[in-house]
Amino acid sequence: VCFIPGGLDCSITFVSHVLGKVCVHGRQKEILSVLVPRLTDLTKSDCIWQRICWRLVECVPDRWMEAVVLGFVQRAPGADVLSRLLGNLVVKNKKAQFVVTQKVLLLQYCHPTAVLQNLLGYLSLDSLRRALLIKVLQELLETWGSSSAVKHSPPEQQQYISKAILICLSHLKEPEIESCRQELLTSMMEGVKCHLDSNLPQIRRLGMIVAESISSKINTDGPVLKFQYEEDDEARELKSLLVQTPPFCVVPSLPDDERNEKADAALPLVLEGNKKSHTAAPVMPDEESDAELDSDDDLIPYDMSEDKELKTKAPVYIRDCIEVLTGSEDMDKWEATVKALESLVRKNPAATREISVELAKILLHLEEKTCIEGFVELRQRAQVAVLTTDPIPVAKYLTSQFYSLNYSLRQRMDILDVLVLAAQELSYPKSHGKTKHSGAQKPCIQLLSGSDSSKDWRRIVDERIKSKTRRFAMGQSQVELASGPNEFSSVAGHFFFPLIQHFDRPLTTFDLLGEDHFVLGRLVHTLAVLMYLAVNTVAVTAMGKALLEFVWALRFHTDSYVRQGLLSCISSVLLSVPTERLLKDMTEELLETQSWLGDVLEKDPDGDCRRLALQNLLLVENLKKKLKTVPS
Amino acid sequence: MALPPPDPQFVLRGTSAAVHTLCFSCGSQEPDVPILFSGSENGFIHVWNLKTHRVDTALDGHGRKSVYCVETMGGKDGLLSQGRDQRICLWDLAEGRTAVMDSVFTENVGFCRCSLLKVAQGRWLMAMAAKALEEVQVLELPSKTSVCTLKPEVGAKLGMPMCLKLWQLNCGSQPLLLAGYEDGSVVLWNLSMGKALSQLVCHQEPVMSLDFDSEKAKGISGSSEKVLSIWSLNEQQNLQVYKTHKLVNAGISDITIRPDKKILATAGWDHRIRIFGWKKLRPLAVLDYHTATVHCVSFSDHKNPSERLLAAGSKDHRISIWSIYTQT
Repeated sequence: VCFIPGGLDCSITFVSHVLGKVCVHGRQKEILSVLVPRLTDLTKSDCIWQRICWRLVECVPDRWMEAVVLGFVQRAPGADVLSRLLGNLVVKNKKAQFVVTQKVLLLQYCHPTAVLQNLLGYLSLDSLRRALLIKVLQELLETWGSSSAVKHSPPEQQQYISKAILICLSHLKEPEIESCRQELLTSMMEGVKCHLDSNLPQIRRLGMIVAESISSKINTDGPVLKFQYEEDDEARELKSLLVQTPPFCVVPSLPDDERNEKADAALPLVLEGNKKSHTAAPVMPDEESDAELDSDDDLIPYDMSEDKELKTKAPVYIRDCIEVLTGSEDMDKWEATVKALESLVRKNPAATREISVELAKILLHLEEKTCIEGFVELRQRAQVAVLTTDPIPVAKYLTSQFYSLNYSLRQRMDILDVLVLAAQELSYPKSHGKTKHSGAQKPCIQLLSGSDSSKDWRRIVDERIKSKTRRFAMGQSQVELASGPNEFSSVAGHFFFPLIQHFDRPLTTFDLLGEDHFVLGRLVHTLAVLMYLAVNTVAVTAMGKALLEFVWALRFHTDSYVRQGLLSCISSVLLSVPTERLLKDMTEELLETQSWLGDVLEKDPDGDCRRLALQNLLLVENLKKKLKTVPS
Repeated sequence: MALPPPDPQFVLRGTSAAVHTLCFSCGSQEPDVPILFSGSENGFIHVWNLKTHRVDTALDGHGRKSVYCVETMGGKDGLLSQGRDQRICLWDLAEGRTAVMDSVFTENVGFCRCSLLKVAQGRWLMAMAAKALEEVQVLELPSKTSVCTLKPEVGAKLGMPMCLKLWQLNCGSQPLLLAGYEDGSVVLWNLSMGKALSQLVCHQEPVMSLDFDSEKAKGISGSSEKVLSIWSLNEQQNLQVYKTHKLVNAGISDITIRPDKKILATAGWDHRIRIFGWKKLRPLAVLDYHTATVHCVSFSDHKNPSERLLAAGSKDHRISIWSIYTQT
């Protein structure tokens, strides 16, 4: 496409039309991959070409404007290039404005970060367009801060909006920030609240990062908001958006190499420096010791590696432990007791059974008095040991305390964790008569943080689906494993039913269906695990039925973490309850659940929920098929 | 590849009480038997026969109150013992006798072990904690005449004297006293003038024990904290800190330097005996046998170097005897 500049008044409307038509038919890539680089070069220094380019895009008819603008935004190598190509199109053309400020930012979220950078950079480069930038920021913040958006929109969209906000913030200048400081502050406060309320750690973190960034922008002097969260690649990427690098750094590769070389050269110098000081240091002591060695120093030292700090002895009896933990002022002894407690409990089951509930009570309320490493884990392992040694009374105590007044959320979640770990241990076959504590971790259920459980669930369900859908005749390739009675069988009901009983009864300090939906989520996941571990126990059918009813009651819960838990519950039921019992005793519940699963699959905003629903439907199908293939 | 530390050569059992003090008497010729004296918390002084490893005699002279210091006076026929009954007893053990010849009533209820120095044949100087809180009294034995009373100046706030060491550079010279006090300082006293020559703060906690090498003019003190302090005496009779050594566990009850000045032993609250080279305080061995605090350590005075022994008495009622570094 070559035009004769200078003097000639040419009409490029025809070209605009062609461009528009091609773009709308989906051929943006082909045509723009040729057009955009050409135009970039031509418009670099030539004003006339710039004007021609602007005319070109302005003349595109409205019905094709979106495709063209989108194509340009995606193809342009940088915000400045986009600015040269499009000029003030967004100000002049209503449709373009809508696409750029509303559609791309708020209604779509598929574009990569580079596109966002281009777009927002473009808006910031001209004074006419800056007003639009501020307007865009306000709208983004409104969306970011709205609690319904946080609850119902997918995490990917929320991340996209957060990125856009950060880039906008990076472009704002001081006077502009001054003028909208109050608004920024208000939206930040609202937004932070709804983000922190969410159960998904990713959303919480996004909220924290954005709030920190806003706070650092509006409070340039004085205390800035600072949150504590896990720094990983995503967080670093988001934070890097706050700083705008000048466009020149991106293209030339030579300066980069130079910089790299310099950095490389600097490193060896530093290393050499270190090495030199290291070699210098040993020389001195050698000289010193040489000077002092004489005939008297032929006394050869003995091996002193056993010489360590003296440790206080822990008590040897369980009742002594109770005394130390409740009354003792001696911190060394208290520490030694906490460390030794789990092994003591396991070695003396009879003695533990006598005082199990008392010990469980003390452990539940035990607070860290001195700074021991791994205190939380030590306490948890001791609690699990007590629970597995005397399951029924301690389970009764713990489940009743879960619904009691005046416990902190942390304590309630501790109860759930301990119940699950103990159930895991009890249901795992003991090899050679000894429990393998680390072995109990093997069924791939890691319950150290609730956020991980959704990923593990997928893995477990996947594995089980795999094992159930393919039926090859495999010979005995492994030696028969040691078998023993399932200890969980007799106590599964005691773990499970009390937890499910009172979930809808609110207490003054604890309302599962209200504010404490995080604990509800954890409770649901715990029930799913208990259900899964109850496979081959006697109570499994009753548990399954109760669980399906529980799921039915909560199925429309707004929190996606809770919904994921409910879907895991269904998986556990389908996997643990024997198929015949499922289809005979629970046909109605199963049908209702199936219809709900279909609903979730189509309409749920959360990707994880949809995936779990799909897996559950597959499971149901497989079960039905299996039953049909069994010869009657 | 360092060897593991040696085991005790033998262990003396039978005191049935915590052992607080030990003293060897092995310098005499054959057919005399090497002897070890031990003082226990039940008030008995046991005379151990080191050939048979059995108690030859048990001396009961302190009314069943703990004996916390024993020293030989003139070989194994004379013994001095100090007990919690506020008495220092002088024993005559020649020819099988077990009689208390004389006793000094100290009126002191503390734990400070007295220090004995032979100044002439048949004459000793003894330094002991006196009745008043911060005072040390020096007596001449066996006449029991008071040589001097060493009072710290008013406001010095040294606290009780915790350990004492009388010494003289060689036979004719002036005897001097090193005293470790409750506030962690060591003071050098001139006996003839009754004045303090130098004071040095060695520790933050009370000085539990000290020992001094007059040839090298260097001394070492241990405390209830984790640090051993080595100090030296310069020509102007001033004490200066030479170096400190950090220990693994806190608490030292006793320190003693071997007569040949090559090694020293410390008795620790962590049940361990530590051996160091005296020249540079190089750790040489950690002897871990006892199951309770080691109260005292003592080196034997064998004429034959290869027979030399180290004894340690502990709260666990045992006395362990070790043969270590006897080749040098």
